[in-house]
Amino acid sequence: MAWDSFKRIRFRKKKEMPEGLWLRCPDCEGMQYRKAVEELLQVCPECNYHFEISVQARIEQLLDEGSFEEHFRGLTSTDPLGFVAVKAYADRLVKAREATGLESACVVGTGKISGHEVVFGATASRFLRGSMGSVVGEKFTRAVELATERRLPFVFVSGSGGGARMDEGVLSLMQMAKTSAALARYDEAGGLYISLLTNPTMGGCMASFAALGDFTLAEPKALLGFAGPGVIKNTIRADLPEGFQRSEFLLEHGFLDMVVNRIDQKKVIGQLLEHCRVGAARAS
Amino acid sequence: MAETTSGELSFEGPIVELQRKIEELESFAASTEIDLSGQIDQLKARCIELQKEVVANLSAWERIQLARHPGRPLFSDYLANLFEEPLELHGDMAFGDDHAIYTGLAKFQGRSVLLVGHRKGKNTKERIRCNFGSAHPEGYRKALAKMRLAEKYRIPILTFIDTPGAYPGVGAEERGQAQAIARNILEMSRLRTPIVCLVIGEGGSGGALGIGVGDRLLMMENAYYSVISPEGCSSILWKSADHAPRAAAILKLTAKDLLRFRIIDEIVAEPPGGAQTSIGAACRLVEEALARQLEEVCRLPTERLLEQRYEKIRRIGVFLEDGAPNFVPPPEEEEEPAAR
Repeated sequence: MAWDSFKRIRFRKKKEMPEGLWLRCPDCEGMQYRKAVEELLQVCPECNYHFEISVQARIEQLLDEGSFEEHFRGLTSTDPLGFVAVKAYADRLVKAREATGLESACVVGTGKISGHEVVFGATASRFLRGSMGSVVGEKFTRAVELATERRLPFVFVSGSGGGARMDEGVLSLMQMAKTSAALARYDEAGGLYISLLTNPTMGGCMASFAALGDFTLAEPKALLGFAGPGVIKNTIRADLPEGFQRSEFLLEHGFLDMVVNRIDQKKVIGQLLEHCRVGAARAS
Repeated sequence: MAETTSGELSFEGPIVELQRKIEELESFAASTEIDLSGQIDQLKARCIELQKEVVANLSAWERIQLARHPGRPLFSDYLANLFEEPLELHGDMAFGDDHAIYTGLAKFQGRSVLLVGHRKGKNTKERIRCNFGSAHPEGYRKALAKMRLAEKYRIPILTFIDTPGAYPGVGAEERGQAQAIARNILEMSRLRTPIVCLVIGEGGSGGALGIGVGDRLLMMENAYYSVISPEGCSSILWKSADHAPRAAAILKLTAKDLLRFRIIDEIVAEPPGGAQTSIGAACRLVEEALARQLEEVCRLPTERLLEQRYEKIRRIGVFLEDGAPNFVPPPEEEEEPAAR
């Protein structure tokens, strides 16, 4: 099926950028000059495919140089269910830490965007697919509480194809309630929340914090939705429409404020922060 | 789990056999006018013991079969038996009326309440109409619209959760399933009226949570609540739904598990053998628990109520902070009180 091959390309090939002067875009499959891709912040100049990037790279791209200070790094996952299936959750955690150099699937802290002080956070799509367990939920919630306390705007970049993390069972599901409840309080206090969605953000993450921004932006062509395309296909037993659950599809159906190219994101977020500056300062 | 032709589940076999024996004895006694009441009473007591024993030792997967049992009381049964003069309120006032979620006003022990409940249907026609309890975004938006009304008049809200999950379809995605559920979760966390939620059967992930945030979360003894269906979990881990029983065991989705993780406040006991053995008895047990919990939350001033609700949601999670656990759930083996 066309969809399946499309998906396979996305999920298998996008991992790391290969070394060398040239590289192949996983979407259009064209050979691209590496420098040109890098100049666009890891975006294909031919087809506008946005390569997956690390949280560290995201921080470099969005925040003013040297302004980011990480918070709550001491929060780490445990294995409350004793979850052992094909692989043990405890082992998967160890591997994810080694592979990413991160302690968890979420990084939060304070920093500046175009001079505006913000609380910033992001999920790491390479750490167990950015899925939300107790630690991601707790870090997100603490970041929102910090933003509430300090009367700062909150900018969060979601890349959570894994949704609510299965390995922590219903404890993960309940992080949807925790993060959303914190956002409700932040909202009551007048806080400004900008949610930037990246490829992919699905399931429990999309159905909670990612969908609750005052402003909701997305990178082009990101897969965004509640149920995975495979699950939907199995349920309805029919092919899915072209571009289904992509950013442009969500924009068309009224669930995004804008689709923003990576190169423009810092500027646009800065503009939004500037527009709302007075209101955000009122948050208490 | 093998289901026999008469609809009972395999672990119900010995119970059904004993019940058949009792019936035989009763009809024999009636036709011959021989007094067998002593023996019959003894057998009946034995039957209740057997039912308790069987249910106490069910595996997670077997319990899921009870939660999905065709004879299990549904929201419509509780609606008919516990509430007076229900007024159904249709429509999300934007797109449509989703039959998978009921919303309406009714009297509960003389008190006005807003009811929100997943509807599954009793026969094929109804089941199709209710989409087997799987709601679309308009169902969640309808629930929120009515809950906002309840907030305006400080009418307490009772929600009945029983869904395999929110519907995974093209239309549901086009109309923002994720956005609708997210919005409900956020708003329910701050609605200025008491909310008591009860999982009566299936607590299917986000579809359950979409009407499941409140001041109290109760679960019936044989209900389950999970981040993913055991079939879905099995498909991800073992590339086939065949290992659903194993998935059910490792997901820790029973009422006892959720109590251990301090996610729920109370387990509502079911009649011996499960709620499907007596809808009347199940209704009485649910009524007692709801009345008691509702009374408690209705007594709280709104600010205190909201503070407690936030704290309750806020503390959920198990993690390490600088290497130290924030919370150590009691071990699984430990016997939890089945009901208060």
